Amino acid sequence: MSELLQLTAAQAGERVRSGDVSSTELFELYRERARGDDLNAFLWVTDEAPTAPDGDAALGGVPLAVKDLFCVEGVPSMAASRILEGYRPPYTATAVEKLVAAGAPVLGKTNMDEFAMGSSNENSGFGPVLNPWDRGRVPGGSSGGSAAAVAAGLAPWAIGTDTGGSIRQPASLCGIVGMKPTYGAVSRYGMIAFASSLDQCGPLTRDVTDAALLLRHMVGRDPCDSTSLEFPEPIELPTADRLDGVRLGVPPELTGEGVEPGVREVFERTVKLVEELGGSIEEIGLPHSPHGISAYYIIAPAEASANLARYDGVRYGPRAGDGDLLSLYEETRAEGFGAEVKRRIMLGTYALSSGYYEAYYGQAQRVRTKIADDFRAAFERVDLVLTPTSPTVAFELGERTDDPLAMYLSDYCTVPMPLAGIPAISIPGGLSEGLPVGIQLAGPAFSENRILSAAHALEQAIAFEGRPFDA
Amino acid sequence: MPEAVAERRYEPVIGLEIHVQLSTRTKMFCGCALSFGEEPNTRTCPICLGHPGTLPTTNAKAVHFALMIALALECDLAPRSIFHRKNYFYPDLPKGYQISQYDIPLARNGRLADVRIHRVHMEEDAAKLVHAGTSGRIHGAEASVVDFNRGGTPLVEIVTEPDLRTASEAGDWLRLLRATLRATGVSDVNMEEGSLRCDANVSIRPVGESTFGTKTELKNMNSFRFLERGIEAEIARQEAIVREGGEVEQETLHFDPTSGALSPLRSKEYAHDYRYFPEPDLVPIAPTDEMLARARDALPELPGARAERLEEDLGLPADTARLLAFRGELGDFYEAALASDGGVDARALATWVTNDLQARLGDGEDPAESRVEPAALARLVGMVSNRRISQSAAKEVLDVLAADGGDPEQIAAERSLEMASGNELTEIVDRALEQNADAVEKIRSGNAKAIGAIVGAVMRETKGRADGGEVQRMIRERIGA
Repeated sequence: MSELLQLTAAQAGERVRSGDVSSTELFELYRERARGDDLNAFLWVTDEAPTAPDGDAALGGVPLAVKDLFCVEGVPSMAASRILEGYRPPYTATAVEKLVAAGAPVLGKTNMDEFAMGSSNENSGFGPVLNPWDRGRVPGGSSGGSAAAVAAGLAPWAIGTDTGGSIRQPASLCGIVGMKPTYGAVSRYGMIAFASSLDQCGPLTRDVTDAALLLRHMVGRDPCDSTSLEFPEPIELPTADRLDGVRLGVPPELTGEGVEPGVREVFERTVKLVEELGGSIEEIGLPHSPHGISAYYIIAPAEASANLARYDGVRYGPRAGDGDLLSLYEETRAEGFGAEVKRRIMLGTYALSSGYYEAYYGQAQRVRTKIADDFRAAFERVDLVLTPTSPTVAFELGERTDDPLAMYLSDYCTVPMPLAGIPAISIPGGLSEGLPVGIQLAGPAFSENRILSAAHALEQAIAFEGRPFDA
Repeated sequence: MPEAVAERRYEPVIGLEIHVQLSTRTKMFCGCALSFGEEPNTRTCPICLGHPGTLPTTNAKAVHFALMIALALECDLAPRSIFHRKNYFYPDLPKGYQISQYDIPLARNGRLADVRIHRVHMEEDAAKLVHAGTSGRIHGAEASVVDFNRGGTPLVEIVTEPDLRTASEAGDWLRLLRATLRATGVSDVNMEEGSLRCDANVSIRPVGESTFGTKTELKNMNSFRFLERGIEAEIARQEAIVREGGEVEQETLHFDPTSGALSPLRSKEYAHDYRYFPEPDLVPIAPTDEMLARARDALPELPGARAERLEEDLGLPADTARLLAFRGELGDFYEAALASDGGVDARALATWVTNDLQARLGDGEDPAESRVEPAALARLVGMVSNRRISQSAAKEVLDVLAADGGDPEQIAAERSLEMASGNELTEIVDRALEQNADAVEKIRSGNAKAIGAIVGAVMRETKGRADGGEVQRMIRERIGA
């Protein structure tokens, strides 16, 4: 039994397809693991064993942990918010539907920062998730439950969502692989919206191959999402173990100041490794990236202030108030939303207000364009951009909860990519003080294959062995 | 008060904002069928109920219809128009924002007759709120329920420039707009049912002044009569304020159709900062040449052009031509009747359709749905022209046609309404001459007026079924006068 836990999802799926293991056995193994979750990674675990997928189902019946931000028909889908307590959607998100159809049945729903707003998972309406590497530390966020579940072997793989770093940063802090695809590559239909122009869902996995395999079955144009696009080529399973001829750009803006020494050390080791693998390193400028956090904390809250207006107690979810319309709105929302969600609704409402729109929202959109232009210019000289994923390793629970600005800076290295709409991956680069350090690779829109390929080569060379559970 | 103020004459300035529900099969941003009085909340889905995670997708047919409207109103089309979110909380708005268009609407700078069109844009309709209690509004209601069937119905909003000057001008222009939209077939354009809704912006200014006065917005006028009454009442109210030396306040007024009174909406009901921003879930509307060609090809002859054609080609009086063109269903009936009988007098037929037929239709009834067949009316008008039946007898026949339908010749024959002629008329005339020998004598002695008595006798005898001129001619012939 424990031997199965050592396998990646792709390997486990192979075992099922070759008949060595039944998909039911695999599912039950992980269902037991998920039910024994002592990290608060899961908000819900299924009671029912799924019908066994076809023997040749592409994903082999390997169970999938799904971030609570995704709607799954008849299953609690609350975005980890009290305002959606008891809500069971009448439909299933496109990404989940596609993965289930490809043979990855839903194992459970994972904890997260409420409405994906946070970088530590401490903003969940249902309690924080613990980092399996050190239970006194945060797993990162907002997809902290998905990252912790995969890292701790409670799930073979998971999907999450990334708006400013919500897949990559927790992947980094938990020592796993996490990828944010190109904006529009994966349908957002059924993903509870936080910031619509930034939100994108992607895989959180044990290795790069698993990420590629899962992503392969997620991408594609969805008639239910006008902003989705046909992926121009199939997602390949990466095989590269060299980086010959690959040009990697290192931006001083995202690798210098603010990055803690232990993280920088791992990053510098990775840079050397790139050259050993035949790749070249070039310094590139992303001069507007330092303004990414400021632009992000205008644009994302602005969109969120509208996206979260529907939680009014009228049609679904808990309802409060004394029957008067205004008290219905005020009390339902006062009781249902947590502090960080309220803070961002206030920020966003203010930024869109008459008389302030241009100074805030308009200005932030111009910064966003500049950041995208920086990347475009960089990708004329290099194939990929290399940075640390998070400026720090996993921090202690409660360490940043009283200082929103310090918390916001956790996404310093990951925010520019969604602002530019481009894909990026985080892979484990090594340990610092016994905690994982993530390395980020970003590329131009729809360069997922290029990113996965380079990430695979680095992954082989790094040979990250750490695993915070006994298998 | 200085006399000058009391005597000063004021000119109203009126602009209209019209919402048109499009007759698409499905809603603006989801696949739900449009609702026509179904059970509440049976035409809904996760998208139009604003469930978490759902996304809108634009209805291509609605865009096609909106393009037809923009072209019919001779607008400039935006190469890429975008949707915005208009944010406000209300129970009839499931997402907490309405998807509308803001600074880059579908079309601008159009014209219909003498009125300039400011803009044409697309949006989604709100759901329907029903309030229990006497107020009829949400404030003071005992309870309110929401029917989401209407929520998400495609709307086109048309905003005019302030080019109208009187209530009746506004009413006439709105009738022309309705006729134009009805001709395009993109909407039912029924004011009572709410598929055509009109708000009015009203201000007044001293005659000769070029700057505008402070305007008020009038809502809830759900018929042409109410629109005109509402605007009239508001003009009078503003004039009274200004004549008293006061100032008109910018506000939104609610028209009460039972009392005809205007009352201000509570500020909370309209004083919003809508925090518009571009809708990130939708891509811009960028009409291709094919889309434009399709919209252009789908446009029928519009009422303005039809009025010109009826006037120029058929020689109809301008008023009659406009009436037939602007009330398209009358024009259609007229043209069908004309086509059924190439010999019928076009002008006479037009008079019959616009006066006599229309008078016999119920209020707003489509003549195509009446019992009068277009060909039957054409035959009846032909009988009048050929003097086979008198005007008054023809009206009697039309009464029967309107009530029961049928063939005018048969009705006239059955009711003996045809003109007396031939032997029948000769006999009656001869009898009248015998019975009025003294009148015959007076005519012979030079008193021409005496013929009236004999004609009168013939008319009495035929119960009016004789042509007066023809009878006079016969009398003169008989007595050799």
